[in-house]
Amino acid sequence: MLRPDLAVIAANVAPGSRVLDVGCGDGTLMQALRNDKRCDARGMELDPADVGLCVGKGLSVIQGDADKDLAFYPDQSVDYAILSQTLQTTMRPDIVMEELLRIGRRAFVSFPNFGHWRVRVSLLWGGRMPVTRLLPIPWYQTPNIHHLTVEDFREFVKARGITVEGAWFLSGDKKCSDAAANFRAEHAVFLLSR
Amino acid sequence: MSTAQITDSSQVLDLTQPLPLDGGQSLPNARIAYETHGTLNAAKDNAILICHALTGDHHVVSNHPKTGKPGWWLRMVGPGKPIDTDRFFVICANVIGSCMGSTGPASLAGDGKPWGMRFPVITIRDMVRGHVALLDALGIESLYAVVGGSMGGMQALSLASNFPDRTRAALVIASTARHSAQNIAFHEVGRQSIMADPAWRDGDYYEAKENGGKGPEKGLSVARMAAHITYLSEAGLTEKFGRRLQNREEKTFGFDADFQIESYLRYQGLAFTDRFDANSYLYITRAMDYFDLAEEHGGLLANAFAKSKARYCLVSFDTDWLYPTADSRNVVHALNAAGLPVSFVELSAPFGHDSFLLDVPALDRVVEGFLGEGR
Repeated sequence: MLRPDLAVIAANVAPGSRVLDVGCGDGTLMQALRNDKRCDARGMELDPADVGLCVGKGLSVIQGDADKDLAFYPDQSVDYAILSQTLQTTMRPDIVMEELLRIGRRAFVSFPNFGHWRVRVSLLWGGRMPVTRLLPIPWYQTPNIHHLTVEDFREFVKARGITVEGAWFLSGDKKCSDAAANFRAEHAVFLLSR
Repeated sequence: MSTAQITDSSQVLDLTQPLPLDGGQSLPNARIAYETHGTLNAAKDNAILICHALTGDHHVVSNHPKTGKPGWWLRMVGPGKPIDTDRFFVICANVIGSCMGSTGPASLAGDGKPWGMRFPVITIRDMVRGHVALLDALGIESLYAVVGGSMGGMQALSLASNFPDRTRAALVIASTARHSAQNIAFHEVGRQSIMADPAWRDGDYYEAKENGGKGPEKGLSVARMAAHITYLSEAGLTEKFGRRLQNREEKTFGFDADFQIESYLRYQGLAFTDRFDANSYLYITRAMDYFDLAEEHGGLLANAFAKSKARYCLVSFDTDWLYPTADSRNVVHALNAAGLPVSFVELSAPFGHDSFLLDVPALDRVVEGFLGEGR
């Protein structure tokens, strides 16, 4: 079973396409794309143990850092550049986004929505940085250094002239509407192009 | 071309054609010593060529004929091991220029005397030409994979680049696509040490040795001592030796091997001279120094892989300062630019450059995974 945001991405990648999964973890999505969609999937992952797992699955994965190592990929060299649950962990999300759209003809980006009502309630009533089901790590240990909301992201892509080709908003494994997304979605998935 | 039989023991192949060399000369009557393990299947598509390092040899799993020590990659190669001889036909060939069975400066030239310094200067690509001649003789058109660490990794890259039809995968461990100034510098120290030994006699010491005299063992052992330091990490040296004294309570205020590290290096240097020829050391280090895969292909490393269709995997070690991670990344970026499927991982291991030969379970998993393709 794929994580819900990965399932959305897997379902919307065109069969047989070339894919770069940035922050591919243990290669679950790459495997699904290779096996079910005959994709030529490549990956990048920071954690050497995860890279080892990927290589063990026969996947082509490079140990690398989204903030530093995307520069070495040629322009428009893949059909999709994928960044799932990684944007909020990068040092410079804006530069990483530019790189994704330079390398990929399209980009899938998924992230946890910091505007979700539980997060808001937690901060409003508790007065503390939220620790929720999807953001379970306290502020001093979290890899999520650039929290963002659905609304933040919409504004970000609009300001940069990036086209939103598709957007999916998830609460658990259920979809929610565009209008309610900033309040109700735990996860957002965007398909972007330039 | 040859009468070589495919068996499980050490073999030789005598080339009937002169081997063309990058230096413009060719090597007549070249002999390639090699070993094979496992069974070549009917389609002849399960062969893996293992390329050895600077002072290595083809005894990858069999005992060394001179030292009696077990094969140098016994932990990696064998039935059920990461390079599985139940599945793969494993070939390991001694490089030309060596002194372990393939033709090198200690071999006899046409006039019946050792080549010595008359031996032509060779390159990594020349070594690979020898390997390819062996593949021809074995009837292997395309390797399942070529695998090598250190200088073996250079051969793997050279083979995949210069003979793109001859391999479908390349696994390159703790290696580089070109020798850096620092790499060349350390090798030059070793060569000068050999050449400064009066017993080197311009490379013409074989007769003296045969008559019970000395060869340049002193120089060769110092060369090995210097090189050995580059194979280890500072942390590894500190942990293994620290400032501990060798079989004594106090410093002697002399120049004996007071420290354990001194004693260890002296032993390593001396032991090396029992198994290796000084002239071979000169020629092989030169070949490594000349190695620059980009230079061979118009200065752009990505061009070196333009005709390749192979899968690649590169592995570096965080404590390897001889061929640091940046060297592997350089190759990875070129392979990416060439659009080839490439994996890369920097593994954490305390042993410095030598990590590729030692107990690093994470390396076993990567090797097994890459060669197994997820099966």
